[in-house]
Amino acid sequence: MYNFIYHRAAGLRQAQHMLGEFDDAKLIAGGQSLLPMMKLRLAAPANLVDLGKIAGLSDIEPDVRSISIGAMATHFEVHNSAVVQEALPALAELAGMIGEPAVRHRGTLGGSIAHNDPTADYPAACLALGATIITTERRIPADAFFTGLFETALMPDEIITAVSFPLAEKAAYQKFRNPASRYAMVGVFVAKHASDVRVAITGAGASGVFRVPAFEEALQGRFSPEALEGLTVSADGLTGDLHASAPYRAHLIGVLARRAVAAANERNDRSDEL
Amino acid sequence: MSATGVGASVRRMEDFRFITGRGRYTDDIARPGQACAAFVRSPHAHATIDRIETGAAAAMPGVCAVLTGADLAADKLGPLICGWMIHSKDGSPMKMAAHPALALGRVYHAGDPVAVVIADSYAQAHEAAEKVEVTYGELPAVVDPAEAQSTNAPQLHEVAPRNTIFEWHLGDAQATDAALKSAKHVTRLELRNNRLAPNAIEPRAAVAEFDAGNDAFTLWYTTQNPHLARLVLSAFIGIAPEHKLRVIAPDVGGAFGSKIFIYPEEVVCLWAARKTGRPVKWVAERSEAFLSDAHGRDHVTRAEMGLDANGKIVGLRVKTIANLGAYMSTFSSSVPTYLYGTLLSGQYDIPAIYCEVDAVYTNTAPVDAYRGAGRPEATYVVERLMEVSAREMGLDPAELRRRNFIKTFPHQTPVIMAYDCGDYPASLERALELAGYNSLNERKQEAARRGRLRGLGLSTYIEACGIAPSQAVGSLGAGVGLWESAEVRVNPTGTVEVLTGSHSHGQGHETTFAQLVSERLGIPIESIAIVHGDTDKVQFGMGTYGSRSAAVGMSAIAKALDKVEAKAKKVAAHMLEAAEADIVFEDGRFTVAGTDKSAAFGEVALNAYIAHKFSGAHLEPGLKEGSFYDPTNFTFPAGCHVCEVEVDPETGETDIVGWTAVDDFGVIINPMIVEGQVHGGIVQGIGQALMEHVVYDAQGQLVTGSLTDYALPRAEDLPPLIVDTTVTPCPSNPLGIKGCGEAGAIAAPAAVMNAITDAIGTEDLAMPATPQAVWAALARTGRREAA
Repeated sequence: MYNFIYHRAAGLRQAQHMLGEFDDAKLIAGGQSLLPMMKLRLAAPANLVDLGKIAGLSDIEPDVRSISIGAMATHFEVHNSAVVQEALPALAELAGMIGEPAVRHRGTLGGSIAHNDPTADYPAACLALGATIITTERRIPADAFFTGLFETALMPDEIITAVSFPLAEKAAYQKFRNPASRYAMVGVFVAKHASDVRVAITGAGASGVFRVPAFEEALQGRFSPEALEGLTVSADGLTGDLHASAPYRAHLIGVLARRAVAAANERNDRSDEL
Repeated sequence: MSATGVGASVRRMEDFRFITGRGRYTDDIARPGQACAAFVRSPHAHATIDRIETGAAAAMPGVCAVLTGADLAADKLGPLICGWMIHSKDGSPMKMAAHPALALGRVYHAGDPVAVVIADSYAQAHEAAEKVEVTYGELPAVVDPAEAQSTNAPQLHEVAPRNTIFEWHLGDAQATDAALKSAKHVTRLELRNNRLAPNAIEPRAAVAEFDAGNDAFTLWYTTQNPHLARLVLSAFIGIAPEHKLRVIAPDVGGAFGSKIFIYPEEVVCLWAARKTGRPVKWVAERSEAFLSDAHGRDHVTRAEMGLDANGKIVGLRVKTIANLGAYMSTFSSSVPTYLYGTLLSGQYDIPAIYCEVDAVYTNTAPVDAYRGAGRPEATYVVERLMEVSAREMGLDPAELRRRNFIKTFPHQTPVIMAYDCGDYPASLERALELAGYNSLNERKQEAARRGRLRGLGLSTYIEACGIAPSQAVGSLGAGVGLWESAEVRVNPTGTVEVLTGSHSHGQGHETTFAQLVSERLGIPIESIAIVHGDTDKVQFGMGTYGSRSAAVGMSAIAKALDKVEAKAKKVAAHMLEAAEADIVFEDGRFTVAGTDKSAAFGEVALNAYIAHKFSGAHLEPGLKEGSFYDPTNFTFPAGCHVCEVEVDPETGETDIVGWTAVDDFGVIINPMIVEGQVHGGIVQGIGQALMEHVVYDAQGQLVTGSLTDYALPRAEDLPPLIVDTTVTPCPSNPLGIKGCGEAGAIAAPAAVMNAITDAIGTEDLAMPATPQAVWAALARTGRREAA
């Protein structure tokens, strides 16, 4: 790790001001991606602006048709939130699948989506649930937010404050872990909304998280695993690496999508019985 | 059996300091004026070093020296060596290339150290290291052992044409050819034993200090064998004479073999400490460990086993290419030869065996002993052959083993080893019973109803441990004898210090060794200290590896205890005014036979030192005895591991759903510690079978250079482990001990692979059996689509 200057922001405005004022400044939320990169000397920001002490950034608030989750809410908080577990159990489960306990106690929702690691879990949830990313400047639909590998629509001094997740009728996330890193080698989030079905894939895309219109269309007709039989995703545009070739990832997307739909239906059947 | 004696599950004495953060590791050593070292490592797998520009680095803040291979050569320090001579079939000696501690003119693997920066702090040393400008001339690289001997392959060392270090063989080629020709059935396999990275929790580290007043060095460092390290650093590398070099291994946080060897970094730290006049510390980062720790395994093997119509093995032929990496590490040559070929008879009566091993150089990190060292590779070959033969011949794999087990002892194999004892049917039958072997088909059917493929694999392994009789290893090329030493110092108050040449880096010697002493002297275990890991305290020792410490190290302690008892009896005879022959020692008391006259061990110890009751002319004061124990044979732990898996045919994912291990380790000192050793070994074996794999790309770049790409098993990957033992006491040492440290890692890979191949119905699967590999294997059979 190289030397850097650490700044703690007291409020969002001050954080934005610091980002503008200091050379080569970077925000740090939970630091679960940034710090390892700094330790490996792959990232070397001269200034770090810590958002950790800004009040009100980790609230989880239910609304009629959505939940708003503060950008600094940790994965642990989201996973254990009664509000999220009740209204969007698939999202609570996803948060519990990220990393290990130490990571979940430090890592944050905002940090994860601002980083937009192509193997992170949250981007799939944002895209499939049709979330809105709320920043110091504006509201950005998830469809417009994730723009490429480690790329987002955020402007240089713009800070995520919260994410609003619309509630879904049915939703589930299936994650196939990379055997080494335990990040998503393929992660599939399916969500059935009143008007549409959305299927988002993380871990597999060579340019990051993406949706699968063919799957969505089929599931809109009939929200069941059988609706996906015979449908495949092309290996073109998928990542191939030591752990999984592009064709294997394409295959896993099909398997996990069917399992996600089955899990979403099963969850609803269970709650209907209650 | 006393509560702290032999056979008791005494809680580990050393754990209090470890689990409360009070352990003292090399990185906890801080010497006054200490500087830090950062190595400049080659980014290329194979290149000439055309120019090294150190000026910019030397001018960086805090830097006190920037040193290169040329500086090292100017100071005439010797190269690192491999201490086990292997001769090729044609009688020629192995082709050992020079291995300078800092590369001179050419680098041979990515991570090869080229220069070192010594600075006030780590941050300064690392920043300056980035300013050392090295101009390389890139050369093509070879990483695959199967390609290294090709005439088209890039040549590494001039001394080794076709990159071939030796072409060794063992056994009877003609008899084996004839046996295979006569066989009713021949099973043929091509196997790869995947390259592994050891990954001890504590990375390698060193702190070197030079005392100019006494012209003497002290080296604190992560070693499994401080005396061997001192010997090599002194006699071969020329750092200082042995009496001017003290090597201390403080607490060492795991090793698995990787800390046996003498590496470039400790040589450089010692040398730099003298050059700079400052103590020099180096601690490896995890990414440095992946690049520079000696790796394990990396064999390519073709094996053929012939059987007669009854399933009796008639012959075994094995041809292996072993990758030793860029340089020959300290014991590298012994691993694929005398620790491998000699175990190819397994637990079976095989009349003819012939084994050929070619060792090759490649542009990869050096390969040397890693938990099991040669024996896991041998077991993998033999146990995969057994399972596949049974399947091909339509026999029950357990039954095929029964028909071939060695049942009378001693048994001379065709590959040097003379097995002294064992009961292979006993461990097999016990394991089958515990694993529910008879109801396997019901479990397979039940799994099939859930869409899962269930399979079971056996591994009836053997290993040679307790290395080793010095005469035997000497005749096989070892540069040292492999005995062990012990010294028992009884203090006047009856407390005891035991100095051992063994070294504990996770094994729990401070507990198990003390249990033996507690039982033999009848004193509380709290009154005993086990002292190890310091060449100034322990006179000499061979260290810990090859599951040798209990069988060899404790046998030395037992011999020293015999001498202590004999001397104490003389003292007691004077105290109790009786004849020495009438003194009986039992439960910590010396008694005059047939009387109630007695003295406790502590009283006798005190009398030995105050010496009021006897004349120094007849009996020397004091109570301290030493012993060197040289074993009479290797020991042969053996057993049966049973792995049961379920494969998800859609994803290729394997769940290990059951594990049964029944091992024969001979006499057991502490069952809890043994169980822990078995657990750890199995987990590393599962890691090898399912996920661990060091991968270099064609250019020789390390692809798996961190834990985000090198997969280690986690708790969630593991099933509950059923661990049991059978006992045939080892006749080759006074305690009947065989050793247990490596068994799990030796047995497990074959058990896992036998289970998965049973589940998926094809043998066409290599380690590691990752989900992708299993998925691809299923795709090749077409069975996946049907599932």
